[in-house]
Amino acid sequence: MAQMATADRLTGLRARPGLLERIDVPRRVMFVAAASMIAIVALLMGFIAWQGIQLFVKDGVSVGQILSTTWQPDPENGATNYGLLPFITATVLVTAVALLISTPLSVGLALFLSEVAPQWARAIVQPALEIFVGIPSVVWGWLGITTLVPFLAHTFHDPISLSLPIVGQVFSMPGFFFGYSWLAGSLVLSIMVLPTITSVSYDAFRAVPQELRTGSLALGTTRWQMIRHLLLPAALSGVLTAVVLGMTRAAGEALAVQMVIGNAPIMPEAITQPLTTLTSQITLDMGNTTFGSPWQDALWTMSLVLLIISVTSVVLVRVINKRRLGA
Amino acid sequence: MTASNPAVGRPAGPKPSLRRRGSRGSILADHAATVALWGTGVLVLVILGAIILHFALAAWGVVSPSFILGDPSRTTLGGVLPILWNSIYILVLTMLIAVPLGILAGIYMSEYAGDNIATTAIRFAEESISSVPSIVVGLFGLILFVDDFHWGFSALGGSLALTFFNLPLMTRLAEQALRAVPQEERSASLALGATKWQTIRHVVLPLAIPGLITGVILTAGRVFGEAAVLLFTSGVGTPQHYNFLNFDLTSVASPWSPFRPATTLSVYIWNLNSEGLGAFKTQIIDGSAAILIAIVLIFNLGARFIGRVLTRRLTAA
Repeated sequence: MAQMATADRLTGLRARPGLLERIDVPRRVMFVAAASMIAIVALLMGFIAWQGIQLFVKDGVSVGQILSTTWQPDPENGATNYGLLPFITATVLVTAVALLISTPLSVGLALFLSEVAPQWARAIVQPALEIFVGIPSVVWGWLGITTLVPFLAHTFHDPISLSLPIVGQVFSMPGFFFGYSWLAGSLVLSIMVLPTITSVSYDAFRAVPQELRTGSLALGTTRWQMIRHLLLPAALSGVLTAVVLGMTRAAGEALAVQMVIGNAPIMPEAITQPLTTLTSQITLDMGNTTFGSPWQDALWTMSLVLLIISVTSVVLVRVINKRRLGA
Repeated sequence: MTASNPAVGRPAGPKPSLRRRGSRGSILADHAATVALWGTGVLVLVILGAIILHFALAAWGVVSPSFILGDPSRTTLGGVLPILWNSIYILVLTMLIAVPLGILAGIYMSEYAGDNIATTAIRFAEESISSVPSIVVGLFGLILFVDDFHWGFSALGGSLALTFFNLPLMTRLAEQALRAVPQEERSASLALGATKWQTIRHVVLPLAIPGLITGVILTAGRVFGEAAVLLFTSGVGTPQHYNFLNFDLTSVASPWSPFRPATTLSVYIWNLNSEGLGAFKTQIIDGSAAILIAIVLIFNLGARFIGRVLTRRLTAA
């Protein structure tokens, strides 16, 4: 650091003799601070990728086995099989259902805040959303355990709701049901991603020029027609970005999901089933496995999968937004 | 199409606006949409109210001075003092690293960053870290600090991992706060002959202080509740008792040492829940969660209040 500052001073003097204030040491320092994020992300990706490929390189597990459906990591229980498909499928499905619940609600809330709400209502709802963001994930998980899980267990043990034609089939569950399930995970996640999707969609709606709104209303459309036919299409890329960001958050959330999902490493069949996602399995097993064992290497491979999902979503957001700028 | 007169059959509102014109169906749809959209706003408030009420009731009879200031116990309700201490310790340590770094990076991104490859790379890194799952950031800390640096589980390792995770947020909030300063202020300062750095130091930064403080408090709120990052970096365990008079920073027994395992409140909740042991498990978790929510509320309202007061003071001056 000291050397660099000296070098800068010298070049600065050579370029503009006598103007010490033009050396711009602050600029260099600030650049290093900003560029440190590049170093962090490069190191992180490097380390996780290196650990993540050990399962293939060191332990000789084939990619085909990774894509199988049996998770049997413990050598003491017989032949091992590191099938990650149950976790990947569960992550995808739990996230998908969470988004199905959360997206209409969040986009509606964003529309409310940007188009409908008077100033006083916005002044109440926006701080409330910020508090939602601040509530720690373990607290969401604990809320899920103490309120949602017993509620689900009670509801789906109720013979009346199970005898209903569609409900009974969709929510059919073999044997005991304690409420810890895919549905519980998705519901908890849907609340957790609500502020993310809402705030990004809100920004997208605000970015639509006011003239378009007044133009549409002046042509005699109702406000809802204006929202449906003008605002939503105009802000579509922003809303898509919001959903992708919500998806990233949902797929990466660890503790809240682990607390309510029931932790069963099986392929998903019904929404009332206990499952395990990538994050929840890592959370559960990482502390109980020895470093360098194939079991733990499989967990690192799972984190590499998570990393790939999140980097893909960053690229996806960039593509979505580039198209908007290009259009 | 049945054209309807907007003035007919409608309650006399203050502003019979043009958008009400249209077919009866579209007007009905419009009303339905308005009701539904209001519904989403009300729903959020109801959920938040229910959550706060839930924890207020759950914490009733649990959270007391002796719970906040007591040591954990296996047989009685006990308290959470060492764990609360760890949460505050890690928060302070993280903010000591993340705030200067984030503000410097924020100044760079707002005042200096040009349209070049370096800026693109920084933005991409910023977005990437924001989207990496917290548990993966924790695992990165596990390899780097716990294994490679041989620190074991440590408060410092946890704080650094938290810094990694929250640096993009701090940077973005700082950048926004600085960008909110009107361009005229900069032009005026530069026109008076000030250098760029003098302009930033004496004109832009003072004007951005309310936004910066809000950013710091919002980041602090997120740092305080984070658990997944800390699970594998600062460790899971229940400290029994801290001797706060032990100032020997090299000793792992000293609560002041950055090189000791430090279970925070969020991690404690997760751990109690997974172990499923103890007669008072539910009460202790409810109490700890209520403390977390209370602190989150204080941070949020504090950020708003301080931001507003400072803005008023600076704009009035």
